[in-house]
Amino acid sequence: MYITRIVAASILIASSSAVWADGGGVTPLLPKMEKECSSCHIAYRPNFLPRAAWKQVMANLNKHYGTDASLSDADTAEISAWLDKTALDVGDVPPNLRITESFWFKRKHGTNHVKAEVWQRASIKSRSNCQACHVDAAKGDFNEHKIRIPG
Amino acid sequence: MKLAFTSLVAVATLAVSVPFAASANPILDGYKAEIKGTFTAAAGEKLYKTVGPNQLACASCHTDSPKNAGKHAKTNKAIDPLAPSVNPKRFTDAATVEKWFKRNCNDALGRACTTQEKGDFMTYVLSVK
Repeated sequence: MYITRIVAASILIASSSAVWADGGGVTPLLPKMEKECSSCHIAYRPNFLPRAAWKQVMANLNKHYGTDASLSDADTAEISAWLDKTALDVGDVPPNLRITESFWFKRKHGTNHVKAEVWQRASIKSRSNCQACHVDAAKGDFNEHKIRIPG
Repeated sequence: MKLAFTSLVAVATLAVSVPFAASANPILDGYKAEIKGTFTAAAGEKLYKTVGPNQLACASCHTDSPKNAGKHAKTNKAIDPLAPSVNPKRFTDAATVEKWFKRNCNDALGRACTTQEKGDFMTYVLSVK
């Protein structure tokens, strides 16, 4: 388990350095995925969850973290196929299928980085609100130099 | 010549768009054909304000008036106004309308909406000027 995490973390680090080394290009999202996800929240990056977790997300859109986010069968199939092709088999399926409960997320956003009080702010409201602080999150840009924590 | 052509296009567009604007919404017409009855804005307004088993109403995200911009109750995502009088893109695509009725009736009322309810709802939202 621990080794898996180390390997997963190294791959994440390696892949993100590769991304920034070539000038900040990120994998373009499937336009349909981006449109549908972002009608309620930003379209989270495919590498934020392992492939097995995306499978579960896409199989349960009618019970999507307390909300009905169901799509037509054709759209569900198209987006599922793209995620299956694009997501990687790295890391564990996080508790409650939540990106924000992934080990890497918790490590990056621990109390030594973000104080508990910050999460309570109305301007942030939820850990899932990436773009509240990562201003270009919707474009897939999570560069730490572009973090602006709102008051 | 170019000006003449532009004016011609403008006149043609006007001639086509005026009768369309005056006619009822085709999606609402479809619901009407299904129930063979009538819809009322009053029933739609009541539904809009009904708080369901999840302590959510349409108004929770879309605000007290469909004319206002809303905010997703959970994610804070900005929601464009529902009323076509201020947002003409609303209720123009049947698949989109059905997609959101399915999701939002489940979230707000804990069940699917009937065709009667969808028609009443649309009649209300379309009546808000």
